[in-house]
Amino acid sequence: MTTSTADHVTYLVRHADDCLVLAQRLGEWSSRAPDLEEDIALTNTALDLLGQARSLYTMASEREGGGRTEDDFAYFRTEREFSNLLLVEQPNGDFGLTMARQLFFDAYQLSLWESLSTSSERTLAGIAAKAVKETRYHFRHSSAWVIRLGDGTAESHDRMQAGIDALWRFTGELHAGDELDRAIAASGFGADPAGFAEAWDARIDKVLGEATLHRPEDAFQRTGGRTGVHTEHLGLLLAEMQVLQRTYPGLVW
Amino acid sequence: MTPGGDLADVRAALDSVTDPEIPVLTIRDLGILRDVSAEGDALTVTITPTYSGCPAMDTIRADIRSALSDVWTGSVEIATVMWPAWTTDWMSEDGKRKLAAFGIAPPGPTGEADAVLCPRCRSDGPVLVSRFGSTACKALYVCDSCGEPFDHFKAI
Repeated sequence: MTTSTADHVTYLVRHADDCLVLAQRLGEWSSRAPDLEEDIALTNTALDLLGQARSLYTMASEREGGGRTEDDFAYFRTEREFSNLLLVEQPNGDFGLTMARQLFFDAYQLSLWESLSTSSERTLAGIAAKAVKETRYHFRHSSAWVIRLGDGTAESHDRMQAGIDALWRFTGELHAGDELDRAIAASGFGADPAGFAEAWDARIDKVLGEATLHRPEDAFQRTGGRTGVHTEHLGLLLAEMQVLQRTYPGLVW
Repeated sequence: MTPGGDLADVRAALDSVTDPEIPVLTIRDLGILRDVSAEGDALTVTITPTYSGCPAMDTIRADIRSALSDVWTGSVEIATVMWPAWTTDWMSEDGKRKLAAFGIAPPGPTGEADAVLCPRCRSDGPVLVSRFGSTACKALYVCDSCGEPFDHFKAI
């Protein structure tokens, strides 16, 4: 199956959007985390994700022919033009919810980067080979917290379980995949996330088991992020992230 | 001697460029500096970031330009490559010694369990306080013997 340059750009921007939106969410914890070390941990994770987003936007821009810059992708697209997963745009909630979101995403992203590091496209393989080391570290961190809170006090256990339960309906989208994913995978450029489901299940089940938490029943799963149909939360996130550039286009530090 | 200047001078100048967050280490010690080449008077310096989002890269690029301004009269391009991915295994032994003397526990070989030694008393039983330290490349430890809190450069 052949894929066009436009397909490659769409594919790269999807994954860049996941990283950017989650980075913005994690950045909201800055100065509000439970302790100083965690404040630094969450913003360090955000920084890694922001770096990954920049690498992917830059690559997409080069593919396109340089019409748009990484800032154009971040600041001058509307909600409907963002193609991130619904999971990453969900509000932080309490620390348990934030860690549930992080665990779900890290376990998915680990497979994504592992898979993309063998991409036929050298630039993408390079980005992925670097990012996989960062994501491995994020996954260790989120796993450790989910286990600590789940297997902690009655209060921390209940709140951790509540976070897992609340976000479960957004996890199906991680591995849904679509026509573009399948075409991109067939061409050797990228990977089909449907293939990550088994590894994700194994990772999540292991952590939930150690954390004495239970895996929610599989129920209705929300999708739509990849086609720009988002939950109400993304618009507000973008408004805050984009306000300065929208008000003063081209403003620099 | 090439048209833009002497490559030996260029290399010496680049050895004066240090990491803005860890000033005891040069970009060569860290393995950030990957290659230097000249074609005519066009010089290309190739660097790689430690982490995808390393915020020191802009400063490092500016420092490289400034260090080269006295020794290279031609054009200077600073290329950033992602491949092969940076690893702490590229850090020089000299760099690791300088790091320990500076109070930061150096990384061990990747793929092995990290044997962290307290940079102050050399005790081998420091306790991990936080997986994330003052920069993306470090984790925070405290020594169980002398009580010293210190950064450990993570092996990746």
